[in-house]
Amino acid sequence: MAVDENLKIELGKQGVFVTTVEELYNWGRRSSIWPMQFGLACCAIEMIATTMARYDLARFGAEVFRPSPRQADMMIISGTVTKKMAPQVVRLYNQMAEPKYVIAMGACAISGGPFKQGYNVLKGIDRYIPVDVHIPGCPPRPEALLQAFMTLQKKIDAQPLTGEGRPRHLDAEAQGEFPVPVEGEHDLEPASNKGVWTVPVVIR
Amino acid sequence: MTPSTIDPERLEGWNRPPIIEPDGEGDLLEVAMGPHHPSTHGVFRMDLALDGERVIRLKPVFGYLHRNHEKIAETVSYLATMPYTDRLDYICSLTNNWAYALAVEKLVGQEVPERAEYLRVILGELTRAQNHASSIGFLLQEMGASGTPLMYAFREREKILDLFESLTGSRMMCNYMRFGGCRVDASPVWLDAVRKVVAGLPAFVDEFERFLSGSEIVMARCQGVGILKPELAINAGVTGPMLRASGVNYDIRKVDHYGIYDRFKFRVPLGDHGDIYDRYMVRILEIRESIGILEQALKGIPGGPVMDPKAKIRNFRPKPGEAYGRIEAPKGELGFYLISDGGPNPYRYRVRPPSLINLTVLEDMCLGSNVADVVLIFGSVDIVLGEVDR
Repeated sequence: MAVDENLKIELGKQGVFVTTVEELYNWGRRSSIWPMQFGLACCAIEMIATTMARYDLARFGAEVFRPSPRQADMMIISGTVTKKMAPQVVRLYNQMAEPKYVIAMGACAISGGPFKQGYNVLKGIDRYIPVDVHIPGCPPRPEALLQAFMTLQKKIDAQPLTGEGRPRHLDAEAQGEFPVPVEGEHDLEPASNKGVWTVPVVIR
Repeated sequence: MTPSTIDPERLEGWNRPPIIEPDGEGDLLEVAMGPHHPSTHGVFRMDLALDGERVIRLKPVFGYLHRNHEKIAETVSYLATMPYTDRLDYICSLTNNWAYALAVEKLVGQEVPERAEYLRVILGELTRAQNHASSIGFLLQEMGASGTPLMYAFREREKILDLFESLTGSRMMCNYMRFGGCRVDASPVWLDAVRKVVAGLPAFVDEFERFLSGSEIVMARCQGVGILKPELAINAGVTGPMLRASGVNYDIRKVDHYGIYDRFKFRVPLGDHGDIYDRYMVRILEIRESIGILEQALKGIPGGPVMDPKAKIRNFRPKPGEAYGRIEAPKGELGFYLISDGGPNPYRYRVRPPSLINLTVLEDMCLGSNVADVVLIFGSVDIVLGEVDR
């Protein structure tokens, strides 16, 4: 239950800070999202540029890039996911500890992008793992990545700790492991994770 | 990394000689470094066989970023391949554009106006400066200087990317060159902005060098490590700063006389040990030479059109034939080989990527060195996976 905003302001004037466990918990979670140090292709360079002095990802508490998936909260899929790389990406995602989030950065990661017609390019990583924020662009500008960060922070902020829509680590029945695709005779098998991805309906 | 003990017999047929024999004490370790490893510049795997800390075999595994560049280029028109070339070596897209435009221009016998040639040289040298700066930054990052040198490099890179963006509309994927010139003309304001950035570059290189060149850690970790002999470099087809650091005087800008490089005075820096430090130093000196070329080009840039008015853009069908256009890209010789059968798209399209061919000597440089040095040796090759796997 959220605290009444007016009451909060009134109490704040008296020097009393009132909050809820949920707000405090989510504030802590959203203020230190540690991404995984994991670059795939062109977008990785823009991701690095985002962490550098001009765009300064540290303002969002996310400059600590962890090379190990065990220590990371978020995965930035920065670039083309090929069919050879897709099993590794899913495996890395499985190795991350809950709660975990995914940003699909760039046209290739969200749909295959300019290389969509290629025989070796996965047409979007959201076929295998749940993606929280998609950023279009080829490559997206660093500002777009910052925008994605803020979108993710808002998303984390809005997550209740109980009931419907709670984060997966508080949900005992939530799916934690995602099946790793294997290289089949012609293509990756399965072609998509049915629980995560459904064929989009085209409205003509 | 997932270490596991292996049977020495399993290493049979792993690689060609020269192979360092294990000293016979203790177990061998097989380590898969990558494809997700912070030092591999993307997705590249090295299967190492270790005897203690010593590398006795190294097997590179490619293809994690194979994006069907060549196949796609054979199915789309000549012009539509231009944006794909941006994504080959995504740190220096403009030199890729240039090499591809040069190959097509050779194929159809297209002339390029004077001003466009100057613009190409200016953009090419700016690309070289930012590529070398960031590649040194990445090398230092791998050495353990976490962040700071890379931040200095990227501060300078951002200035150059601003120039690219204001001219071409994109920071990284410029898609600027066309067959017979350049897409848009540069305004005097833009040229003044370039002059300003170029005037600031020497101070940046001085500062960079003051921190790095004499640094005890850099010298201890780089000197005498990852030596590449000139004979092997020539035999393996290594080009670019890697080859010149081994002391071979081969720069396509001097050898091939493409573009208008004959008009500019510049020296080709050479190393004499062929170790990581020489490669670092050659890159630093190349930035300095690039600044010289930029100053001369900015002084001499003429007026006039940037695109040959007779150049054909729509319905572009070259006569049957073949052409090979090559330039000195920041990483080495970048070549495009095209075969036309008279159709709207090339019959065969082949990229000669400098990164891939420079990487073929990786094992020879790494054998016998410590596993921690492999990361540095790999970093000093300066590769981009988009170009290695294509």
